[in-house]
Amino acid sequence: MSTKSNGTHSKTIKVNYLARVEGEGALYVKVRDDAVEEVKLKIFEPPRFFESFLRGRDFTEAPDITARICGICPIAYQMGASHAMEDACGVTVNGGIRDLRHLIYCGEWLESHALHVFMLHAPDFLGYQGAVEMAQDHPDIVKRGLELKKVGNEVMALLGGREVHPINPRVGGFYRAPTRRELDGLAERLAWGRDAALETLQFTATLDFPDFEQDYEFVALRHPDEYAILDGRLVSNRGLDVPLDEFLDHIYEEHVEHSTSLHAAMKARGPYMVGPMARYNLNFEQLTPLSQEAAHDVGLGPTCLNPYKSIMVRTVEMIHACDVALDLIDRYERPDPSYIEVTPRAGVGYGCTEAPRGICWHRYSIDDNGIILDARIIPPTSQNQKVMEQDLWHFVEKFMDLPEDDLQWKCEQGIRNYDPCISCSCHFLDLHLDRA
Amino acid sequence: MASPASTSEKPKLAVWKFASCDGCQLSLLDCEDELLAVADAVEIAYFPEATRAEVEGPYDLSLVEGSITTPHDAERIHKIRRESKYLVAIGACATAGGIQALRNFKNVNEFVALVYAHPEYIETLKVSTPISYHVFVDFELQGCPINKYQLLELISALLNDRRPNIPPHSVCVECKRRGTVCVMVANGTPCLGPVTHAGCGAICPAYQRGCYGCYGPKEAPNTAALADEFLRLGQDHAAIARFFRTFTANAEAFRKESVAHEHEV
Repeated sequence: MSTKSNGTHSKTIKVNYLARVEGEGALYVKVRDDAVEEVKLKIFEPPRFFESFLRGRDFTEAPDITARICGICPIAYQMGASHAMEDACGVTVNGGIRDLRHLIYCGEWLESHALHVFMLHAPDFLGYQGAVEMAQDHPDIVKRGLELKKVGNEVMALLGGREVHPINPRVGGFYRAPTRRELDGLAERLAWGRDAALETLQFTATLDFPDFEQDYEFVALRHPDEYAILDGRLVSNRGLDVPLDEFLDHIYEEHVEHSTSLHAAMKARGPYMVGPMARYNLNFEQLTPLSQEAAHDVGLGPTCLNPYKSIMVRTVEMIHACDVALDLIDRYERPDPSYIEVTPRAGVGYGCTEAPRGICWHRYSIDDNGIILDARIIPPTSQNQKVMEQDLWHFVEKFMDLPEDDLQWKCEQGIRNYDPCISCSCHFLDLHLDRA
Repeated sequence: MASPASTSEKPKLAVWKFASCDGCQLSLLDCEDELLAVADAVEIAYFPEATRAEVEGPYDLSLVEGSITTPHDAERIHKIRRESKYLVAIGACATAGGIQALRNFKNVNEFVALVYAHPEYIETLKVSTPISYHVFVDFELQGCPINKYQLLELISALLNDRRPNIPPHSVCVECKRRGTVCVMVANGTPCLGPVTHAGCGAICPAYQRGCYGCYGPKEAPNTAALADEFLRLGQDHAAIARFFRTFTANAEAFRKESVAHEHEV
């Protein structure tokens, strides 16, 4: 990592291996004559070609296979793939099974957000290299974070069988539905989690945020009755409002030299942001009353345009996730059977859910025997790449005079604002053989 | 950033990533109750997913996640080996090439036919290979993902110069221990448990599904006998080939069995 000055008016900010992000990336900013000349979020994670090898697999295998795209948000892939297959086969999953899907997803949000808020993001604000270093001076905060993360993982482990790459979700529902008694144990933990998240919000409100509000197009799912996680229409604050199967009419993906992850943008308007900030700004009124009130109490209104404050937004979503999970457990009746039988038929299906980092969109075509003919997945981080670069550009323009180490660190933090999951983002390129 | 030399007497732990989903290194951060104790016992010298700090090698223990899929990575692993007293491959990618090793089975011409917007930007190898294909590996911890308690046992064992206690038997033994009724005997559900390495705790049968082999082959697995049983249960050769060709497709025993059934299709 380095920040180099060439005379007074030019400098280069270079981070060769971004830390505290999932996957392999680097950043590069070049300033000349007091103007930003070039910004690159370089992503060099080796692509793994999921879309190629999904072809020829059975439709029931897609949830297990696509889970392996990301160890941090496997539920997002399992749910998106399951929904898409159900869509292709003309099946809708509702009631108790859908509730269980909602519940396990709350577990994933909690686990993933706690990891980011406490271990990946908070150290930036307090000036530590990482959470372990931070724990020496702030043991209570780090321990609370680990415990919150653990609560999320307990939801995943009970409903999913294990925390990473759960085995229980399947096309049509779950292999086994938990008993009422099994869920009771979780309720106590989630109630603690909700209190801990509320305390955490107080803590995040004390952090120092740079004055940096931006004008974004936010894109998220919207559901008529709930803060959308599992399904809904794709909407934006600039007029997008489409069902899942029309999404591709409105965005494009491009392959740029400095990234093994495709860059997505809106055809009509350019870069857009997905993730907690997008959901919060678009669907604030659908957060649980407690979450809204807690946000209000720390001075966070229904609009938040400072990406550095995403740490607060994630924390509000942790409160929301605990709240929703508690409600789901409260009115739980064990679904029997635990899944709906899905019979394959030739067709195309779509699925899109709100991964912790934003919308994760799937499309599959299958044949009459359920064999996958084609797969396309658009993960959240690839959609955020352009906005991340834009943020860096504007940030460096505005704060060029910061001491160089500080500026570099703030740039890294600017990337971490998005909790980028680089491993997720670059598994969708078709293979080019190195014939050497 | 220049890497400062170590200032600590504690053994140095490094975590390296190659082509992977990050799930196995996440398992270390998922040790919520033990993480701070681990950080107390070792110096976390290189672990970019967790910290910006970097301490230069040599390292007492390197955990390597992911498979080798690019020319650059094939070079990088040698440097890591040179800097590490113990090098342990963690997870299905590092021990068998991972799910991305499915490329190893594709016809080369099929791949060339796939048109890529700017192929010149992408550097990739024809095959995805495990770490042991490139350098000597002191231990392989199987699993997709690995079991975090086995990871803790491994760290503790190697830092104390003893052999890790990681049983090599099959998932069946774990089912018996857990008291799970056999899903294949009772329900006729195809299950890879008899040929799959233990370590997960036999989760799938406990959730009423067959094992799908994400821990890879156990020692000396009789895959042919199991495949015959799958045929009797009504699976066709294409399905059997897929069973053996998923998360550890490139592991020798599973590779051979999947190829045998592919030829029957």
